[in-house]
Amino acid sequence: MKELKILAVVVFFTLLTYWGVEPYAHSIMHVHVESEHYAYDDLEPLQKTGDATRGAEVFMNAGCIGCHGVKAAGMPAPMDPVSAAASFGVNPPDLSNAGAIFDAKFLAALIKNPAHALKVEHKFTGGRTHPMTPFYGLGGDLDQEVADIVAYLKSIAKKPEDITPKMAFETACGRCHAVKYDGWTQLGEKPKFKHKKDELLYDAKVLDYQDYLTKYMGKLPPDLSMYIRSRGEHYIKTFIENPQNLLHGTAMPRVGVTADSADKVVEYLADVGDSKRHERDSVGKMVMLYLFIFAILAYLWKQSIWRELH
Amino acid sequence: MAHFEKARNLEEWLDQRLAIKTLRRVLAEEYWIPKNINFLWAMGMVLAITFGILLVSGIFLLMYYQPNIETAFDSVNYTIMQEVEFGWLWRHMHAVAASVVFLIIYIHMFTGIYYGSYKKGRELIWISGMLLFVTFSAEAFSGYMLPWGQMSYWAGMVITNLFSLGSLEFNGLVEWIRGDYVPGQAFLTRFFMLHVLLLPLAIIGLIGLHFGTLRIPHVNNQDGEEIDFDEEAKKYLAGNKKEAKVIRFQPDFLSKDMFVVSIFLIFYFYLVFWHFDFAMDPINFDPADGLKTPPHIYPEWYFLWSYEILRPFPKDPGLIAFGFAQVIFFFLPFLDKSPNVAPASRRGMFKVWFWVMLVDMIVLTVMGKLPPQGIYSSIGFVAAVIFIGLWIVLPIITKKEKAV
Amino acid sequence: MADNSRRDFMGKVFGGWAALGGLGALYAAKKTWDPLPSVKAAGFTKVDLSAAEPNVLNVEKWRGKPIFILKKTPEMVANQTDEETARDVIVGNDHFLICIGLCTHLGCIPAYRPDKHDFKCACHGGEFNASAINTAPPPPSPMVIPPFRLDGTTIILGEEGPEYKKMKEAGVIA
Repeated sequence: MKELKILAVVVFFTLLTYWGVEPYAHSIMHVHVESEHYAYDDLEPLQKTGDATRGAEVFMNAGCIGCHGVKAAGMPAPMDPVSAAASFGVNPPDLSNAGAIFDAKFLAALIKNPAHALKVEHKFTGGRTHPMTPFYGLGGDLDQEVADIVAYLKSIAKKPEDITPKMAFETACGRCHAVKYDGWTQLGEKPKFKHKKDELLYDAKVLDYQDYLTKYMGKLPPDLSMYIRSRGEHYIKTFIENPQNLLHGTAMPRVGVTADSADKVVEYLADVGDSKRHERDSVGKMVMLYLFIFAILAYLWKQSIWRELH
Repeated sequence: MAHFEKARNLEEWLDQRLAIKTLRRVLAEEYWIPKNINFLWAMGMVLAITFGILLVSGIFLLMYYQPNIETAFDSVNYTIMQEVEFGWLWRHMHAVAASVVFLIIYIHMFTGIYYGSYKKGRELIWISGMLLFVTFSAEAFSGYMLPWGQMSYWAGMVITNLFSLGSLEFNGLVEWIRGDYVPGQAFLTRFFMLHVLLLPLAIIGLIGLHFGTLRIPHVNNQDGEEIDFDEEAKKYLAGNKKEAKVIRFQPDFLSKDMFVVSIFLIFYFYLVFWHFDFAMDPINFDPADGLKTPPHIYPEWYFLWSYEILRPFPKDPGLIAFGFAQVIFFFLPFLDKSPNVAPASRRGMFKVWFWVMLVDMIVLTVMGKLPPQGIYSSIGFVAAVIFIGLWIVLPIITKKEKAV
Repeated sequence: MADNSRRDFMGKVFGGWAALGGLGALYAAKKTWDPLPSVKAAGFTKVDLSAAEPNVLNVEKWRGKPIFILKKTPEMVANQTDEETARDVIVGNDHFLICIGLCTHLGCIPAYRPDKHDFKCACHGGEFNASAINTAPPPPSPMVIPPFRLDGTTIILGEEGPEYKKMKEAGVIA
């Protein structure tokens, strides 16, 4: 039929143009990075089986709580976030759920050599050292002691299935990145203030924190509110896995989350920046159903009229 | 004062005062359309529906959008997208329709070119259509500024810079257009005004003109045949519907239009719900930052062909080529010297001209998006030269064309 | 003729279905005008009553409207009728008037006259007593008591606590 032939021509040129300006052009403009499935193959596997009870002791003696809080074990952070950022550039994370959110192999490597595990060695040259002191051991077998600490962190953490998307985000990303659309600042959830003055004082504290952070990172890490739309799921996931793959030389460390935690981080960002996605999908299906019936009725109407015209 | 009888029903009451029966007859039931048409003739209706969608969704966006450089981005991406019930739907519909409307405009234009629907009394249809194309382009560009994302800002920067007119260095003109040294508050508010008031008014007026220009020369048909509409209408009204070469606008033509519209709507809403990135560029979900240009900036796809005509040349010749591309389509009815109103397939060299032009514009479109390096620059340059060359040879080949 | 009726029928079915789509769009349009979640979430205001001075009118803002908070003096309480007492919010031994400070005539804000223990609306001369009951026209009814919940000496406006529900049952909130 002639009309179908014309339609085929229109569709062909439309798709050709689409292919050229979308999939093809984007494949040229952006390097495609495949996920490594959070295997962290460059890090050596844990050599020893850790013991949580011994780990608790090692953890205390290693001086971790000089900088880190462990709220789950009743140890608050030794400093408020702004003073911590003034000293270290960034507020050291609370380790309550570190054992569930971060990969065990990554944690072990991080304890031994932070800049290496975080893939930020390029930032710490010429005498500059990473603010986290490497753990050189308490005199015993270093690998065993590290494995014990990791076992301890795992033992105090919530079960991975109990970690919510927001918890994963807070621990892994929330000390550098704000998420304005969820009321999240680098200091945590922004409280509601009755008086303008209190709010301004809080905002000033956030700005102080951001100043220290900017000095440490070179630039202020961006607000992630709309990242699910501006970067998309695939980019975010591969970026978290190894920022250097997508943005060579970036100051952002590899955060070392497990594959499961990475999914949760993405889910959190989608809940904030694309909060109506489920509604969009379900409304979409209804509209499609409506339109198919609309098309059938339109066709029948047209046929009933054109029967007498031909 | 005219004499009024007491009306028997509402229809009659209205008819006495508004002549609605006459209006319906003249505008719909005895507005005659050739029968020898295909679905491409429904693109006008598809465009009208799409414009309606843009208008309605735009009205809802307007109720929450804030034209302020501090709050514009959040009012779109937080208030409208996350808070307002169905706000996301209005925005997706608006953004996707704004992109798809250009696809339909291009199909509509190339249909006109292919069937020679701009000649022998139909010149004003073409010219008013081109005026609509230009105002739609301005409408699309001004709308693109409003979310105040990175692409908004940098598109605003680059496109307004064109008005410095190359080495003429009319920097005062650029600053006048922006009301600032860079795109800022004054720029955003004036483009907001253009987008929601002045340009829509102009578009509505031009749509009226476009319809008006159709009235006397009538709609063309698949064979470019000259039809005696009065004679054929008589046949139709006498009940000889099968033999008549014309059909009523309503319901005959409308029923076919509506079927095409229904297929279009399925395609359109599929894009709205599941495939919208092409019309809502991810980069524009980063807030505007005047101190950081995105690594790749490019216009929306429908501007790419003319952008690519600008790009491969040095600054001044590029601007001249760009200006040429903007206006040359207006002159099509006068550059086509052949008296033939017929599909391109029957017009010898014009057939070649048509397909080369179509493919060349697609090549320009794709090259316009790709980074201007290496082979892409060269292909873009060649395609731009071919585009200009095609317009130069058009009068020559059409003059030689044999009558059909 | 059979063809004709089929034609008209199909036209009507199609038109009806298209109109149904229009109704769907109207539903979405209606929802678009609903108050935003952030507006609704901001609809609760906490006020501490412990610092209030007797016979001094405090004005708080709740859902954009002025809320009158007036601690009555013991004499005012002793001299008022049961009908007036039924409208008091009682915290410990203190009696408070809590109401939306808008005249029930056309929505102006009446002014408190401490010497006379009453409210006077400047717009059209309406008057209310210290329990916000209308005493001189044109206002047709007392000023409205907003939903509230007591929590110690704090009052949370926007939530319905047991004291509010009791007033509502007694029919004294407006």
